[in-house]
Amino acid sequence: MSGAEKIAVRVTDIVPLNELVTRFRFEPVDGGLLPTFSGGAHTVVEMRDGDITRLNPYSLMSDPFDRSAYTISVRRDDAGRGGSKFLHEKVQIGDEMTVSNPVNLFSLDLRAKKHLMIAGGIGITPFLAQIKQLDRAHGTWELHYACRSEALGSYVDYLTGTHPNDVHVYYDDRDQTIDLDTLLDGQPLGTHVYVCGPKGMIDWVRGKAHGMGWPREAIHYEEFLAPKPGKPFEVKLALSNKVVQVGENESLLEAIERAGIDAPYLCRGGACGQCETAVVQANGEIVHRDHWLEDDEKASDTKIMPCVSRFEGKTLVLDR
Amino acid sequence: MSIQFHKETFRGDYSFHNSERAIRRFPFPFDKDSYMYAVNMEQHRGGPADSVYEKRFDVDEHYIAEMEDRALVLADDPLRCQSLPHMTLAGWDLLELIMVSKSEDYPDLFELHRDGDKWRWINRPLGIDDSFTFMDETTLPYGPMEYITRQTQGDFCVLDQRDDNLWMDAGTVTTQADWSLDFDIGMNFFEWHAPVPLAHEKGIFVRALKFLLNIQQGAPARRLNWTMTVNPLLDTSPENYHKWGIQKTTLTPENIGTKQHLRVELQTFFRLPRSNALVFPIRCYLCSFDDLMTVPKWGRRLHRVIRDLPDELATYKGFIDNRPMMLDYLSRHDDGQPTSNGIWPDLETEPPLKKG
Amino acid sequence: MSKFEFPPSIRSRPVWGTLEARAGKHHLMIADADGAEAILGIATPDLMAGAHVIYIPRGASHADALRALNPAQFYEGPSYPAAVTRIERVLQDAHMGLQVYLTGTEGLMGQAMHLAMQAGIPHTAIQTEHRGSVARRMQCVHCKGITEDVETDPFVCGHCGLNLFVRDHYSRRLAAYQGVCIDAEDPGNVPEPKGIYE
Repeated sequence: MSGAEKIAVRVTDIVPLNELVTRFRFEPVDGGLLPTFSGGAHTVVEMRDGDITRLNPYSLMSDPFDRSAYTISVRRDDAGRGGSKFLHEKVQIGDEMTVSNPVNLFSLDLRAKKHLMIAGGIGITPFLAQIKQLDRAHGTWELHYACRSEALGSYVDYLTGTHPNDVHVYYDDRDQTIDLDTLLDGQPLGTHVYVCGPKGMIDWVRGKAHGMGWPREAIHYEEFLAPKPGKPFEVKLALSNKVVQVGENESLLEAIERAGIDAPYLCRGGACGQCETAVVQANGEIVHRDHWLEDDEKASDTKIMPCVSRFEGKTLVLDR
Repeated sequence: MSIQFHKETFRGDYSFHNSERAIRRFPFPFDKDSYMYAVNMEQHRGGPADSVYEKRFDVDEHYIAEMEDRALVLADDPLRCQSLPHMTLAGWDLLELIMVSKSEDYPDLFELHRDGDKWRWINRPLGIDDSFTFMDETTLPYGPMEYITRQTQGDFCVLDQRDDNLWMDAGTVTTQADWSLDFDIGMNFFEWHAPVPLAHEKGIFVRALKFLLNIQQGAPARRLNWTMTVNPLLDTSPENYHKWGIQKTTLTPENIGTKQHLRVELQTFFRLPRSNALVFPIRCYLCSFDDLMTVPKWGRRLHRVIRDLPDELATYKGFIDNRPMMLDYLSRHDDGQPTSNGIWPDLETEPPLKKG
Repeated sequence: MSKFEFPPSIRSRPVWGTLEARAGKHHLMIADADGAEAILGIATPDLMAGAHVIYIPRGASHADALRALNPAQFYEGPSYPAAVTRIERVLQDAHMGLQVYLTGTEGLMGQAMHLAMQAGIPHTAIQTEHRGSVARRMQCVHCKGITEDVETDPFVCGHCGLNLFVRDHYSRRLAAYQGVCIDAEDPGNVPEPKGIYE
């Protein structure tokens, strides 16, 4: 069985927060309780758009102790392969959908004496759940949240209203930036730093912390790579003896699934390693877009992460 | 289905005994005539009716006696149950998992009533009726992990998942096959398995860890492990080894059938939701050689497995000195006939022992 | 040179490293006896300007050489237990980014590492280098007492008197190796003690 267990839910609320971000609320179809989860967990939402099925991971932003519903916030990405567009444009209140049991690849280190959170844009979502969890347990945390503008600052009012002393907001359009050197320099031993946002921000925080002597285990990050669209290409599946055309707006994994193959997966976002597939032959260039494979593995053309990566060239043959 | 709970001991006079039913459902671990380590994981989603695999946490005729033995061990040595400070949340997860599972799987024996965070737990066999507030330790007589594991058969290791590894940061360990929680607490997956011979070279632990790191909520797994114990002694701890080690030398050809026990661990693995930790229950089942021999297939197979086991494994499992005596006994129950694959007794299809 | 070539062993046996200067504003260096040699080996004026050196000579004669490096702070103490409260105080107000260097005997490194871990530094970020004696801190698994400076296998537990054999199984939390009763199955049959690495 691939992925985490599935739950049948109904959409009970849709709230556009601003031009780019909309919040969705899911409640169980059978009226029972949803599984609880740990802050930082995500759920994989299954979207059936005609005969196209997409699965996208979204961080759970609701209170882990509130088992009546899950809420997620989705940033619209028009350049993507259509998952967020589908949610924004086609899903309505009352629709029935399927979500997965929560999976956590960005969990808090509960030994930390302090949790330092750095969020960029929609990367705020996992922290919303973690803050609720930590507040219940009287944990120490501090949030630094960079937004493009006040209009696009999702949940800023909520956060600064409930935690005026622990939340610091920075607006790009006012040239406000996080003074990362000062911030990282003064933290007491036992602080863990967590960053979630665009790749550039993650690389910046990781690089800075490392350069300042922070131990690797104290630096946590999550970046959901939504599988980006790309040129169509052909893939041969050696074990299943099939040839599949991967369309522009579907991922390699989605194309394999469309061909009826139950390939393993979990996070759908290039981070967990579950979908790792051996490459039998690659006559062209594998476009690696994941966080999982080592550099030498990427260079060797022997492995690929089909949930996010693609191929350009004549022949790609997979051991699937 | 009602269970007749035994009044029996796992020390001193060793009055422990298995009923016919217990023998039939004993988790014989060998599916073929030889044994080597494997990452022999499968889904823990039920099993044949009345088997030890059917329920999430199996309750059997030894339940009350095992809990009494645990209480004695903990009174004597509180260090057998420890939880590092950050693991309390996982302890609550475990308490909920066991209470929900047992009240659903054994409604005649256990009841759980929940009104928000006000819970009431009734454990009929142990005569417990406790009301408490979920997530508030001050309303329970012990920490949550200790509270619930004092009422559940088997050892429990609660593993924190960090840095692509598992860390033994809490546990209740009173029926272990010779390892010390007090010493191992805080170690990671490779470190606490360090003393196991051969397995590391075979890459067993690397593959096992990858599997365990990816266990998800609602999808538990299980596997079997085994060793040998002289006398039905549950507490074969290193802490008390200087007292029980000598029992290994009391085996004779006359008493080996009743004294020598095959000790099987049914290991399960559950993801815990609020803490993202992994709990690793290790449920110990004992069966004497005489009782095992009542199943002809097991008699034949056990002889072959023990005969062909590499020396390092027999040494690590602590029975290298007694092996010759064991083989003397077991060979009399092996008539050389073929055995079917699989662990089940297959009493209808396996032929009885050929004499002579 | 007082380095020892430890034979390969099981996964829980600590593998000590080699010190190297790391970038950073503050460096905490804790050493006993010949561990001083490892510090002398990496010292530069820049590095020592930000260093707090805590040294327990245990009969070795490197104190003057360490002092001559002009570390920002220098402490020479009579024993590790006497230095513990000082180490805890330094860690209490330290910031993330502090580099920790431990060198000397396994017992010193293990105990100091435990203090640093309690303060919130992951053990993999702590540098170590073994120098000098290969005597071990041993915990008796039966009585839980720790016997210091054990050099022979088997040995007698300094607390309960049992004869124990020396295992390579090591606990970072206790900063000790495990000792287990050697004659449980044959009381009185205790082999002649040999050096642990003989």
